[in-house]
Amino acid sequence: MPEKQKKLDLAVRGALWFGPLKADSKGGKAKKGGQPPKGQLVDVLVARGKIVALTPAGSLDLRATHEVEAHGLVLLPSLTDVHVHFREPGQEYKEDIASGLSAAAHGGFANLMCMANTKPVNDNASVTEFMLEQARKSWPQGPRLFPIGALTKGLKGEELAPMAELKAAGCQAFSNDGRPVANTELFRRAVEYAQDLSRIVIDHCEDPFLAPAAGMNEGVVSSRLGLPAQPDVAEAIQVARDVLLAEYLHAPMHLAHISCEKSVALIRFAKARGVDVTAETCPHYLTLTEDEAGGFSALAKVSPPLRAREDVEALLAALADGTIDMLATDHAPHAAHEKEVEFDEAPCGISGLDTALATTWELVRSGRLPFGAFLRAWTTAPCKRFGLPVNAFNPGDSADFVLFDQDESWTVDAETMHSKSKNTPLLGRTLRGRVAAHFLAGKSVLGTAPAGA
Amino acid sequence: MQWKHKDLLDVSQLSVDEVRHILATAAYFREINSRPVKKVPTLKGRSVVLFFAEPSTRTKTSFDMAGKRLSADTFALAKSGSSLVKGETLKDTALTLQAMNPDGIVIRHSSSGAAQFLAERLECSIINAGDGRHAHPTQALLDALTFSRRWNGDFAGKTVLILGDIAHSRVARSNVILLNLLGAKVRLCGPRTLMPPRLDTWPVEVFSDLGKACLGVDAVMCLRLQLERQQAGLLPELREYARTFGLGARHMRDAAPGCCILHPGPINRGVEIDSALADSAGSLILEQVENGVAVRMALLFLYLTRKSPDASQSGIPE
Repeated sequence: MPEKQKKLDLAVRGALWFGPLKADSKGGKAKKGGQPPKGQLVDVLVARGKIVALTPAGSLDLRATHEVEAHGLVLLPSLTDVHVHFREPGQEYKEDIASGLSAAAHGGFANLMCMANTKPVNDNASVTEFMLEQARKSWPQGPRLFPIGALTKGLKGEELAPMAELKAAGCQAFSNDGRPVANTELFRRAVEYAQDLSRIVIDHCEDPFLAPAAGMNEGVVSSRLGLPAQPDVAEAIQVARDVLLAEYLHAPMHLAHISCEKSVALIRFAKARGVDVTAETCPHYLTLTEDEAGGFSALAKVSPPLRAREDVEALLAALADGTIDMLATDHAPHAAHEKEVEFDEAPCGISGLDTALATTWELVRSGRLPFGAFLRAWTTAPCKRFGLPVNAFNPGDSADFVLFDQDESWTVDAETMHSKSKNTPLLGRTLRGRVAAHFLAGKSVLGTAPAGA
Repeated sequence: MQWKHKDLLDVSQLSVDEVRHILATAAYFREINSRPVKKVPTLKGRSVVLFFAEPSTRTKTSFDMAGKRLSADTFALAKSGSSLVKGETLKDTALTLQAMNPDGIVIRHSSSGAAQFLAERLECSIINAGDGRHAHPTQALLDALTFSRRWNGDFAGKTVLILGDIAHSRVARSNVILLNLLGAKVRLCGPRTLMPPRLDTWPVEVFSDLGKACLGVDAVMCLRLQLERQQAGLLPELREYARTFGLGARHMRDAAPGCCILHPGPINRGVEIDSALADSAGSLILEQVENGVAVRMALLFLYLTRKSPDASQSGIPE
């Protein structure tokens, strides 16, 4: 083994790890739902930006150039988010790539796939190249940006976007997110065209005819408040269309931000039939319900809308059993003045990168989400599906990891959030758990990294 | 009664005692309204902005008259004549109004929640004169005054049918809450396309057959059918609607004796209600209008004098 001869660049000592160890896989096995996981102290050894070993604390006596004492902070591989809106080019007052990546770095994310609904739309190579250049200039060490190309020109749902050109420029997937393609024939052709390029289509599932009003669930709360709303079947009907189409075309399909039980049932059905479909849900669909809109707060207006309690439970179960493969934030920043309007005038979206890790970790802590599912949903599943670099702490994996202080309480506000936009229903609430240090390819990307290095 | 509320956003904020107090105060003002000289100095020196961001003639006039009869200064701000059309946000309009230091703002707005939006940001009293499909508390209160006079204040055992486009109706939402609070039973009837979702969570009985819905009812409240519902694909045609859900004399035969008819106006004669029936003895439609002024006087009085120690000396019943 050349390990011992290798010069170690970084060693993190005494971090708390809840996952399995390769050498001792029975040690930290993920517990079934209902119980918080038990952890053990580990050391992480890094050379040339790659993982050398993840071992029980103190078991290997090797010194590194940079030694970091973790003092029992939780060790997590950096997260991957396949669904963000960074608003650049065009709406830099909401977010730009630099600020979006800052929120990502502080939130614990290594890989970010950004949607195409910028101004202009990312439907040609020059926009893609511009985005990548902005990312390289602002965060050269990462977090890494992976643009998603438009499925149709201008996201108008009328003509196919030049997907080959977009792929060559660096687009990792294609989507019409936010502007679902109503025309099923056009959508079919788009999926087929992407198939030749070995790129996956991500669909925002929403029947636009059945969902004239966005951002509010049709249910008990909308009925009481008299708010225009859309039923959950507006999503589920499109999920049904998509999985049937994916089966028929033998094409891969990824379903964005699944929000309701009916969609879960259809995805389960499709997977049982062997359809190549994956799905994501978002932290807010696992932690919040339509009740958030009870006081007409536009901060709770998001598309698809926050649903009922039963949907939250169904999504948690689906994430635990793998029916829903991954988590994504659908980070959708909007300026304060855009959200501080009448509910039906407000744009849809929640700024999510700053709070995602803390809110989903709370689900693990309380035993509502198994640690194994949490890890899969934020790391291996999205990376595998979209071909992104992943750290599973195997030797040779990119040394992307977070030291997470699971006990630090912090209040969500303009000071603590790194996104330019503070539009979250969690504003003013106290969360537990914060990123204390973040390493990408073995290098600290936060100014706040422990000084042991 | 010391009035504790800053704003009137919906009737759900009110207790039975508070509603009874509003109705008693309104009954007093009703008497004033029948005098040759209808003006009292109660709100002299106070100013009320009538901020109507949605077209309305009767409610606005009713509030204007209520304010003027109490000697308040009323200022009308309509959407067409305001900076709202120039792209100013509701927040900025609200802050601008606040800076003029009114004692109260009466708001009518097409968005559900608009009144609450103002109430959360402004110091002065906000009276909701109808926000989107959400609430129309002053209408529900004037309807309650109308019923109360008809039934000598006793709502127990009474059944009220609300008929028509419930889904889009703030009048229906506020009336369902208030009638239940006062002890009446509420029925709803209309085509399913004009019904709100999850009616199982409302304290009502739902009917799709108007004949059955009218059996034994003590009152029918017809709602205005907005003609654009037909264009929106919610109804095939108005003629069919009138035939199926229009209130006619034949329905009254199965109702309880003395059944009365209400309508918040304006009426589409021959659509939601038979024309002759609207003018019949059981129709209280014009009394509703009269009661509207009295109720709005009571509300302006209670909300605008809630902090004044001398309010009790104005001759108004405690």
